[in-house]
Amino acid sequence: MMKIETGRLQISRRGFFASLSAGSLVLAVRLSGAQEITKIDSEQEASLSFEPDLFVSIAPDGEVTILAHRSEMGTGIRTALPTIVADELGADWDRVVIEQGTGDTRLGSQNTDGSRSIRRFYDRMRVAGATARTMLEQAAASEWNVSQAQCKANDHKVRHVISGREIGFGELVELAKRLPVPDQADLKFRPASERRYIGKDVPITDLDDIVTGKAVFGIDVRRPNQLFAVVARPPVLGGHVRKFDATAAREVPGVVDVVEIPPFEGPHAFQPLGGLAVVAETTWAAIQGRKAITIDWDDGDHADYNSEDFADVLIKSSRQKGKVIRSEGDADKVFQNALPESTLEADYYVPHLAHACMEPPCALCDVKIDENGNVVSCEAWAATQNPQASQDVLAETLDIDKEKVTVHVTLLGTGLGRKSKPDYVAEAAVISKAVGRPVHVTWTREDDIQNSYYHTVAAIHMKSALDTQGMPTAWLQRSAFPSIQTNWTPSARYGAEYETGQGFTTVPYAVPNLQVENGPAEAHLRIGWMRSVAHIYHAFAICSFPDELAHRAGRDPYGYLLELLGPDRHISLEGVDYKNHSEPFERYPIDVGRLRHVTERVATLANWGKDLPRGSAQGIACHRSFLSYCAHVVEVEVTKSGNLKIPRVDVVIDAGTVIHPDRVRAQLEGAAIFATGLVRYGEITVERGRIQQSNFDDFEVARIDDSPQEIVTEIVPSDQPPAGVGEVGVPTFAPALCNAIFAATGKRIRRLPLSRHDLSWA
Amino acid sequence: MISLRVNGGVHKLENTDPDTPLLWVLRDTLGLTGTKYGCGISMCGACTVHLDGEAIRSCTTTVEEVGDSDITTIEGLSADGPEHPVQQAWKQHAVPQCGYCQSGQIMSAAALLSEIPEPTDGDIDEAMSGNICRCGTYCRVRAAIHAAAGEEKP
Repeated sequence: MMKIETGRLQISRRGFFASLSAGSLVLAVRLSGAQEITKIDSEQEASLSFEPDLFVSIAPDGEVTILAHRSEMGTGIRTALPTIVADELGADWDRVVIEQGTGDTRLGSQNTDGSRSIRRFYDRMRVAGATARTMLEQAAASEWNVSQAQCKANDHKVRHVISGREIGFGELVELAKRLPVPDQADLKFRPASERRYIGKDVPITDLDDIVTGKAVFGIDVRRPNQLFAVVARPPVLGGHVRKFDATAAREVPGVVDVVEIPPFEGPHAFQPLGGLAVVAETTWAAIQGRKAITIDWDDGDHADYNSEDFADVLIKSSRQKGKVIRSEGDADKVFQNALPESTLEADYYVPHLAHACMEPPCALCDVKIDENGNVVSCEAWAATQNPQASQDVLAETLDIDKEKVTVHVTLLGTGLGRKSKPDYVAEAAVISKAVGRPVHVTWTREDDIQNSYYHTVAAIHMKSALDTQGMPTAWLQRSAFPSIQTNWTPSARYGAEYETGQGFTTVPYAVPNLQVENGPAEAHLRIGWMRSVAHIYHAFAICSFPDELAHRAGRDPYGYLLELLGPDRHISLEGVDYKNHSEPFERYPIDVGRLRHVTERVATLANWGKDLPRGSAQGIACHRSFLSYCAHVVEVEVTKSGNLKIPRVDVVIDAGTVIHPDRVRAQLEGAAIFATGLVRYGEITVERGRIQQSNFDDFEVARIDDSPQEIVTEIVPSDQPPAGVGEVGVPTFAPALCNAIFAATGKRIRRLPLSRHDLSWA
Repeated sequence: MISLRVNGGVHKLENTDPDTPLLWVLRDTLGLTGTKYGCGISMCGACTVHLDGEAIRSCTTTVEEVGDSDITTIEGLSADGPEHPVQQAWKQHAVPQCGYCQSGQIMSAAALLSEIPEPTDGDIDEAMSGNICRCGTYCRVRAAIHAAAGEEKP
């Protein structure tokens, strides 16, 4: 088998292209450092002294293979990024094959979360496509003995513009692969007018397979001789098996073995939780076997955790002086001098949530062991958002070099942030090692709900001092929530920059005295990130409170919001701990003008202020997240008895440059429905450290009959740099909905979910 | 020995407990992985298949209960012929996002249309409310069902 030598690694080409045709032109594009690009002749050994991000391959028959290196969980990324390459290359999309990359740091980040795939890889995909195109044009020029400037690649062939001669990409492979790779600085990119696929909504790569049931998700992977496993995990974080009796389990027909998974050591991070795995010929037999085990658990340190009690602790923390994150003017002084009747305070609360991915966590591992019992290699197939982290945790778990671990990425039956944490992949490896066969671990829905990395629980205290017009002269917002940092640093008590920076530090309102603080909180569950993460609770408070102030001032909430946003400007956060998703402010400013624009657009789109019958009303909210701007108008219809319907949602996004408008719209539609579930029902409660919910009967999510009936989307045309999409439609939905509920019923929702509240009115 | 009629073929199952849910026999024994697991308690619809043309949840239907009825899975919905009108409409409306629940959605929609050829929004809500989609494709599901019924709405 063909090997590619690198400085330290020996990696089979199969790791990148499982179906590479011999004699193909393969471009390995290095996108770090000096952006070097090196060509590999696939018939010979070639050396790579860098870490490639992307491969484009053109076979002699003209088939173009494009590597998709980010995980597909429904955003359309397996389609959108490759179309950028295809457009720049001049490929015919019908002759393009998409290959999914395995986990490999040389591809750049594969951690598919943070709504950043397009933002991070738009330019890089263009480089890959332009490099290949330039070489094909050079090859054609040399074939015809003409100037390269007269050769133009389009529609899968190169045309000599003077004579009209044409030659197909495939016919140019032999010549092109002998050419030196052009310097990136010399590349010329296509003008937007020459694009055939960007902005044109090509059908998603896996559409045919999905509608015929052929698409392979993590749960569908099948390997020869494989077994199926489910795991009994500690009901309390940090618990472990004291003793167990698996005699009856082993007698269940189909059960092959019962394997102990050791508890994690040190911070839990992405390590398995530990417990007992039942390994069987079918998933069902494994589930039956698990029911038959008796386990005596030691619950560990978190068995006193009760979420109802903790709510009080958290709210108290949010009402006491905290760590100052951003301070302008002197809010404290204004509050001291303000009369009680000209101040308003409110406490908002968002409970723990579970992702409840449609496909629960699942992975297959095939651990190979030599005659001495030493692990030789591990090959994994996983529904993972993060194949590189999977590789790392597998290497650690098995105590082998990372180079011996291969992680194949399947389609993901949603990810929502849960599948960024590869604890379940490591479980499959532990079990496979123990039984010496490939093992597929499936989490049942109960496992998923009860052993997750939960969306944190947050309390946010808001306070304003108001002038005679009802506009704030001072503004305080203080959050308290268990931090995601506790996965690695259990003693952490304050929010990380990547949490407070999510829509809290960046509050965009024009108030002369402004204070942003964060109070301490302990974590008693694994705290994970979930679609739009800290924006969920930050936006809930920051976009609800202006609505409260508007109603108090007797003003229209939309007009009030525009006045509160103030003049178009870029907010400067110099000296504030805010990293702007590692992007420079010049390229991605906090642009109040763009935020105001989406707000105005959504008001127009929704016909804000239209006549509605009693019990029906609109609510509005706007927010910047993942460097994009989004605004919602949600219309509600609440019956006197308190039954809520959502007839219409209007949503406008400004995400800069957009590659696949239809998938952007789909993400906005989906975000509204995802958020509908969390606002209506979403709550994980905990007693004695144990999660009280277990399945879709007690952890309800949105269904077709309780979701918005119509969702109208608008994308602001923009040539600004691409920003986030996947998560951006979530944050503003809940406050816009709750603002509408207030307008319809007079009931202010400060604590989610709605299922805790009686919405009836008279 | 249990014999199961699936997608027009007959499968003899050895060593299969008659209490085993159809879902796991389809997926783990017969290799028909298009039918998905989502909850195991008939709450999400990911496992929807047709039993003599009617939509059922295979996660709570035992192989014994199936008896000699005809089972159709997503793989058998349009096995040899052109795609089912529901599948075509699903593509036209670009319904799927991640795709995981879509087999179940399509099987539920196909059963609905065979029972009610021109369903109202209310009919659709009633028939499809058992099928959860965490990506949130419901608006397009509704539009695609209307399209498949031949009464496309703008």
